[in-house]
This record gives sequence, structure tokens and C-alpha cells, in this order.
Amino acid sequence: MANVSLRNLVKEYDGGVQAVKGINLDIQDHEFVVLVGPSGCGKTTTLRMIAGLEEITKGEIDIGGNVVNDVPPRDRDIAMVFQNYALYPHMSVYDNMAFGLTLRKFARSEIDKRVKNAARILDIEALLERKPKALSGGQRQRVAMGRAIVRDPKVFLFDEPLSNLDAKLRVQMRTEIKKVHQTVRTTTVYVTHDQVEAMTLADRVVVMNHGIIEQVGPPQELYHHPTTRFVAGFIGSPAMNFIPARVENDAVHLADGTFLPIPDARRERYAPAAGRDLLFGIRPEHLTEQRIGPNRADIIITPEVIEPMGMETLVHFHFGDARDFCAKIDPTAHAAPGERLVLTADMSNMHLLDAATGRVL
Amino acid sequence: MADSMTAAVTAAAQPRSSSLQRLARRRSSIAFLMTLPLICVILGLVVYPAGYAIYLSMLSRRMDEFVGLTQYDILIESDTFWLVVFQSCFFAVTAVIAKAAIGFWLAHMLHHIPTKGQRKWRGMLLVPWVIPPALSTLGWWWMYDPTYSSLNWILAIFAVPAVPWLGEPWWARVSVIIVNVWYGAPFFMIMYLAALKSVPEQLYEAAAIDGASSWQRLRYITLPMMQNIISITVLFSLIVTFANYDIVRVLTNGGPRDLTHLFATYAFQVGILSGNIPRGAAVSLFMLPLLAVFAFFILRGVNQRNKEMN
Repeated sequence: MANVSLRNLVKEYDGGVQAVKGINLDIQDHEFVVLVGPSGCGKTTTLRMIAGLEEITKGEIDIGGNVVNDVPPRDRDIAMVFQNYALYPHMSVYDNMAFGLTLRKFARSEIDKRVKNAARILDIEALLERKPKALSGGQRQRVAMGRAIVRDPKVFLFDEPLSNLDAKLRVQMRTEIKKVHQTVRTTTVYVTHDQVEAMTLADRVVVMNHGIIEQVGPPQELYHHPTTRFVAGFIGSPAMNFIPARVENDAVHLADGTFLPIPDARRERYAPAAGRDLLFGIRPEHLTEQRIGPNRADIIITPEVIEPMGMETLVHFHFGDARDFCAKIDPTAHAAPGERLVLTADMSNMHLLDAATGRVL
Repeated sequence: MADSMTAAVTAAAQPRSSSLQRLARRRSSIAFLMTLPLICVILGLVVYPAGYAIYLSMLSRRMDEFVGLTQYDILIESDTFWLVVFQSCFFAVTAVIAKAAIGFWLAHMLHHIPTKGQRKWRGMLLVPWVIPPALSTLGWWWMYDPTYSSLNWILAIFAVPAVPWLGEPWWARVSVIIVNVWYGAPFFMIMYLAALKSVPEQLYEAAAIDGASSWQRLRYITLPMMQNIISITVLFSLIVTFANYDIVRVLTNGGPRDLTHLFATYAFQVGILSGNIPRGAAVSLFMLPLLAVFAFFILRGVNQRNKEMN
């Protein structure tokens, strides 16, 4: 078990393309950290640098107090689960799991004990004699995890391990991974592009974009207090709604002409932004059917598309220049496309962003 | 609606179509008709000559009398024939092992050259394989010349005494093998290169993280993953090398003292040059059981692994 530190980590490919642009991150012992971001944001490259599969252009990686820049993968004491599992097709499940231990010359009895223990944790005891070909996607994923667990490494690395599974299995395996981490408590770095995976699994989420870290924090903090427009828009599903706005007389003046009062608690914070070009952001879940209460403001809209989801209904509509605004309303509330609808914005959960820098005020 | 219409049309058409037309429409019939030209070619160029060779081998020298297995009996009792068997096995096994090893080494080297430069090297290394072997063997024959050859000239520079390349039995055997290896190694190289490229990179990465050194990655990942290609290439080459004719014919013509004869050159000598066609046919047919045994075991292994891995 170990801490992992990334210091000014840079990855530059031939031709000068920078995939990772000087990131700093400290991962604590036992922590489950998820790197999340869109394709090409540098998250997988970062993970592969930690694994030693990718050379580091600049900066340092420290695992358990040792700088490992020049240490080959096999001496880093890490285990990795790959997106397409990377199981050895010519070996049985048992041999796949035992391979790392055999190479490290563990006693046969110890190997047997560890493999059986991991198989028990992952519920794959009945599959040990099979070849990977004879396994389903979910079972292969378990074996890949088993191969990591038996090694009892300092750090687990997961590279989008669930993206090849169907939706139902993904949810199930997500829970499995969380369960396993609660059992073995190994420091884990997990890469995904799926923000739901990131939110559900992580102790801390690292949101990356264009090779830099946008924000690091516990899932709830990222959700409630994003610091940049990218994080605000990336975390949460459906994504946060944005519309150009200005602050005038303790109210938000939206581009479509609507005035929304700023809650008392935030007036002081937003006062210096008066007159500047801003963006007003609000999540669909904070834009509901008409409700009465403090810090709430009504807006009148005409729904374009209604999407009943069962436990809630999504209402899509044009709002000023914003093409696709979305609200989440109670399924019992009446809404129909083209019919006028009054929505209530929960202003205590609003966000104001600087339009030029994208920083959340 | 559309389905029911199609069904109606089919039902209306059926009583009119004859059983012959129905037979012609069946997928298996179409498949048979399409493979018929190939079947004819195989019958004409493989089955008939093979059957004819078996028939020939059972005739007397003058081909006027059926003598059963007498020709085979005579061969089994002949010392020269057993020398040919030994030389053929020695030649084929040694050459195939050397070709496989050199081909694997070359493929591995090529695989690690960046793609841009790889094509150039691949092209150059394939040259021996694309030159007609009778021609390239002639080149080697000059190089092996004891008095005026380049090989002995190079040896002389290092004060090594001249080698009677084709004059002394063991040197002649080695010389023939060298030419065959030079000619055949590029085929192994190109097959192994394709196999190497098909091993997923992530397996190596997983093995590197699991703690495998580069030797262990070769031993536990590359070789098992390539095993099928290796087996099939070895089998293929074994058959071709076993039946090799041109190299020995050009280089030594079976000499010295019939010690470098292979099945094919010996069959030619006995059958055509000495005019004993039935015995020549018997010699060439002796290859069949040997190769069949090799093929059986190798293909069985390939099938087993295919079932397990794919």
C-alpha cells in the first residue's frame, strides 16, 4: 500500500503534441481516485505513465516514497486492469491469475492460497480451470481483477475496465469493484470517461480536460461546487444548463430578459461581478415544476420535447439563446409540448460563471 | 403482409418447378457446383497421378508384369535407399529447424524496426525467396567451387585452409542445407512477422506489469501465441523441404557417392536416369507415410489450440 504523487507531469509525443501538460496530484494511501474526462483529455496517458507503460517527458512520479520515473513496470509493484482485459488466451483462469506470482517465484502453496482467496472474493471459484475464451465479458473482467488482487500490489490501476460491458453488467461490476476496494483497501487509480462511474466509485474525482486537471475533489463537492464551466457541464446528467447573463440590482438578468433574484447569502459574493458578461448555470434537477418556497423564482417556458423517465420527467425547451435547456419535473406534473409551463428555479443551487474565463464565481 | 405475399408466390410457383430445379436451388447443390472445377483439378492433377504412381510402383522394371510390393521389398533391403532416407530426414529436419530459428530471429528484429523503415528491410530480406531456386543455387555452386570460389578466397584471407564444400560428404550435406536455409528462411520470416503483429500489444503490457522480463515475455506470451503459425509453417516447410529437388540436383547431383541424395533426386535418378520407373515411383511414394505422420500430429495440435483459444 502506498501514496502516489504526480509532480509537474508532462507527456509530449513526437511532433510536439502534449497529451499531459504538467499535472500535480497527490493520492493518499488506501484512496480510490478516479480520473475522468472526455476522450483525449490525457487520463489514460497519465495512468499509463504511472504504470510505466509510457515514458515520462517531464516531471516525476512517486510511488510509496520512491521516484519511479526510470523503474520498469515490473518493479513498480503495481497491478493493472485493462479495458479489454488482456487475459492470456492460452492460459487457464488459474494460470492467468497465478502468472505474476509464478514469475516472482512465490511458493506453489502460497500461489494456490492467494489465487483461491481472490477467486472467492470475486466469486469465480468454479471457473478456475477454464480458458478465457469460455468466459463471458463480466467473468473475464473478474479474472482481470483477480489477476490484480493476487499480487497484493501497492497500487491498482484500472483503465476503463467497464466500457466493454453492457449497461446492466456495468452497474453490477461497478458495485463489485467498490466492494473489492472496501475489502482489500489498496490505493486505486481508476480511469473512466463515464461520470456516473466516477461519482459512484471515487473517494476523490479528478476531472481532466485537454491535458490539465480542471478540478480535484470528492464527488459531492464537484457536483455542488464546480470551479470551472467544464466541470460544471461535465459532472451531472443531464448536463447543467447555461445561458448568458448579467448581475444587476441583486438579480440575475438573463439574456432572454428574465430577472431572477439572487439569494441573500450570495449577494455579497456576486456584487463585484455586476456589469460583467457572465453565464448563469443551473442543473436540470434544480429547475422543477412550480414550487413555492424561499429562494425560488418562476420562469415561463414552452416545452419542446417531453421525456418521461419513470421516476422523473425531462422537459427540453428553448430559453433565449440557449438551444437545449432541460428541466426535471415530477412525473405527476402536467406538461405537454407546445403548452405553456411554469417552472421554478431553485436559486440556492444556481451558479454564476465568468463568461470569458469560464471560472465559477 | 409482404411475408404472406411472398409465401403465396412461392406456393404458386412450387408445383410448376421440377424436382431438378429444386435440387439446383438447394444451397448444398450450389456449393457443390461451385467447387466442381476445383474437384476436377484435384482429381486430374493429384488423385490420378498419385493413383498412377501407386500402380506404377507395383510393376516390374519393364512395366509388363504386376509384381505387387516387390519394388518396396528391394528398396528396404538396399543400403543406398536407407542412406537416402537418413539424408532426407537429416536434411529436412536440420534445414527446417535452422530456417525456423533464423526466420524467427529476423522477424523479431524486423518487428522492432519502426514501420517506415520496415518495408525496405522486409523487401531486401525477401530477395532470396523470390529468386528462382535453380538460378540462385547456380550462384551458390560457383561460390562453393574449391579453387576459384569467393568462399574459399575469404577463408584464405584469414589463413583458414580451403574447404572441399561439395567434395567431402559431410561438407556437401552442410552446403546443401545452407543453400536451402538461405532460400527458405525469408518465408518463415514473413509468416512469423505476420504472427508477431497479430499478438495484441496489451498482452505484453499486462505481462510487463505482471513482472515478466523480455525473455519471459517471449517464452510465455510470444511463443504460445505464435504456436499455431509456427506449427503450420514448420509442417508446410517440412513437406516442401522433404520433397526438395532443385538444390541437390544443381549443387551435387546426389554426390559424392550418392550421399546427398534426397527422395526426389534419388527417385529421379532411379526412375528416369536409370530407366527403372516403377522403382522410382516406389521411392517417391515412401515420402507419403513419413509426411502423413508429421502432418497428423502437427494439425491435431493446431486444432486443439484453435478450439481452446479462439
